[in-house]
Amino acid sequence: MNANSLFHLVFFVALLLAASWPLGLYMARVYQDQPCGLDRVFGPVERLLYGLCGVDARQEMDWKAYALSMVGLNALGLLAVYALQRLQGALPLNPADLPAVDPFVAFNTAVSFATNTNWQAYGGETTMSHLTQMLALTVQNFLSAATGMAVMAALIRGLARRETDRLGNFWRDVTRSVLYVLLPLSIVLSLALMWQGVPQTLEGSATAAFLEPASYDKPVLDETGRTVLDEAGKPRTEPATQAQQSIALGPVASQVAIKQLGTNGGGYYNVNSAHPFENPTPLTNLLEMLAILLIPAALCHTFGVMVGDRRQGFAVLAAMTILFAGFAFLTLQAESALNPALAGMGVESAPSLEGKELRFGVAGSALWAAVTTAASNGSVNAMHDSFTPLGGMWPMLLMQLGEVVYGGVGSGLYGMLVFAVVAVFVAGLMVGRTPEYLGKKIEPFETKMAALIILIPPFLCLIGTALAAVAGPPEAVSNPGPHGFSQMLYAFSSMGNNNGSAFAGLTASSPFWTIAGAVAMFVSRYWLIIPVLALAGSMAGKKRLQEGPGTLPTHGPIFVGLLMAVVLVVGALTFVPALALGPVAEHLALYQLK
Amino acid sequence: MFTMFAQQLKPAFLMLFWMTFLTGLAYPLAMTSAGKALFPAQASGSLILGQSGHAVPAGPAGSALIGQPFESGQYFWGRPSTTSPHAYNAGASSGSNLGPSNPALAEAVAERAAKLKAAHGDAPIPMELVTASGSGLDPHISPQATAYQVDRVSTARKLSRDSVSALVARHTQGPLWGFWGEPRVNVLELNLALDALADKE
Repeated sequence: MNANSLFHLVFFVALLLAASWPLGLYMARVYQDQPCGLDRVFGPVERLLYGLCGVDARQEMDWKAYALSMVGLNALGLLAVYALQRLQGALPLNPADLPAVDPFVAFNTAVSFATNTNWQAYGGETTMSHLTQMLALTVQNFLSAATGMAVMAALIRGLARRETDRLGNFWRDVTRSVLYVLLPLSIVLSLALMWQGVPQTLEGSATAAFLEPASYDKPVLDETGRTVLDEAGKPRTEPATQAQQSIALGPVASQVAIKQLGTNGGGYYNVNSAHPFENPTPLTNLLEMLAILLIPAALCHTFGVMVGDRRQGFAVLAAMTILFAGFAFLTLQAESALNPALAGMGVESAPSLEGKELRFGVAGSALWAAVTTAASNGSVNAMHDSFTPLGGMWPMLLMQLGEVVYGGVGSGLYGMLVFAVVAVFVAGLMVGRTPEYLGKKIEPFETKMAALIILIPPFLCLIGTALAAVAGPPEAVSNPGPHGFSQMLYAFSSMGNNNGSAFAGLTASSPFWTIAGAVAMFVSRYWLIIPVLALAGSMAGKKRLQEGPGTLPTHGPIFVGLLMAVVLVVGALTFVPALALGPVAEHLALYQLK
Repeated sequence: MFTMFAQQLKPAFLMLFWMTFLTGLAYPLAMTSAGKALFPAQASGSLILGQSGHAVPAGPAGSALIGQPFESGQYFWGRPSTTSPHAYNAGASSGSNLGPSNPALAEAVAERAAKLKAAHGDAPIPMELVTASGSGLDPHISPQATAYQVDRVSTARKLSRDSVSALVARHTQGPLWGFWGEPRVNVLELNLALDALADKE
């Protein structure tokens, strides 16, 4: 790894930390109903929305009402996304005349976008009409992110309040998340992206003449449109020339902005942010990476302010940042290695650029891989499938840790706070005292909920992978050997933690993958949110204890170390055997070739 | 519990409806209008219009952000592309997704290297000329990869090496702020400029 790569990392982390502080303080005002500046612009819209929806936003909810509102909004959103995809052929704003989406793929996509995963079983520009991209996908990008932020706000209130069962109003939290945080940031980012070259138009495509017509081998089709095979069983081809390029366009900038800010990650185009129209320059690469981690990092400060002790927020942010920097360093290091399989062909000794875009290079691609998997974003600017074995493993492990290293908007912080509960529990066991966090006693109910939250994603990931290896369609896997196993492990790590990135050679549009994947995404989202809200409800009802000499301070370096250790140990113990079968085996095989 | 849920369905439905209106219609349409007013060229795809001296009957010569395939001696060549059915299909972006240990990757690289060697001799081949880009539409190569091809292009066009090198230098973009991103040359724009240069002389 060269000095420039390392400098990329240091520069990025410094910018992120600097930008997250003011945003964190601002969001604390948003969730505490204090004037935040933008209420002069959006205040009337906010009140109008409550009126139109018949919501009494001042009425606070207990955890069950909060959870039921969340389920209602998400369930209806899921149905709407499914319906829009199935009906798009008959609806307007479909310049490419795309037909209805396949029912399995549509179901998978509906779950995927409602759960903030944005796993793509479809190819954007060849499957979804403009209307579907806007009304179904963009809307869920906002609402699923706002859901995560609302649940996070409820958990923080649960920790901050005492002897109450009220956690806030779900509708109010969702509306304020959209109006005061997600929408303004998206508008600013959309404009910056357009300035740099990201299209934003209702046109379907532009046609350009190739400067030099391209010759290629065209597969021969029979009358039914199927490819004809030759004697060797390979598709028969005939020489053809292509003189024109049809360039797919659409309302791209508005969707890319929110997909990054809301840690959604579902791309407008098939190759996501590797596409020059989604991410045209090194500057957009920087802005989009910052957008991915900005809100999750800033929420740590919001947490500190809302519980009345900013050091608590710093401690959580420190643990996340140290883990992120470590994993990003390892990913950069692994991607800087040469691929011995490409030696001796007369090619310069340089890291492989297969699947990478030249404008980002190795550093810009590897850093993005760490960013997108640390957050539960899942958009990619290079094909992770073609990364070195270890360069693909570190992002995979970042997802498997439970998406708490910054994590998704809201979901990352509520996940990390659950790990904090486990950390004080472990510390309590070591010194033989009743554990407490922020003055709240951690009792059997909280420990059970925390264990449930921490154990569900690994369970989904490992069981899903095993099921795919045994019962999945073998032709779905596109690479031979251990890498094929890595493709399946990556897929369930991604869906079981609501990330959405992929080793994209895997064909995930078959019934097995769409349904098993949808189940994993659904369970890992809602079976986490509901215990988190139950935990919040139970915490809110407790008294706040005075700090005594036996209290473990949760703002110092010892706690930061303990928190990181708990995250790493749970992740490592669970996933090392599976990783040994995939990326580690591939690494050992590849590097003994020499 | 069930009645509690039923009570929440009405606000859930209305909230979804109005949020769809706000974030699914008003926001993207407002951004589309803003794009048209503030950045009309970029918002419609950075199309290259008004190129003279070509047999381009009408319409754009491409997009400044989207690459095109080149394989004849008189043009600079860009990244290999694995979009289907033909290279640089800007209607269906795609990478190869070949794993690092997949024998098909080594085979593809060896094949591309042999073709480049036949045209350029035995100098070490820049990595991006033998590996497919992630999007299949990457418009750029590095300055090293243009230097590798300068002799071939200037010979084929009967231009001096210096005039071609000077043209390349004019089309080279450095990293942002000197360190962020990679130095790069847009292959389509360079080749269009080559054609314009040939017309002038």
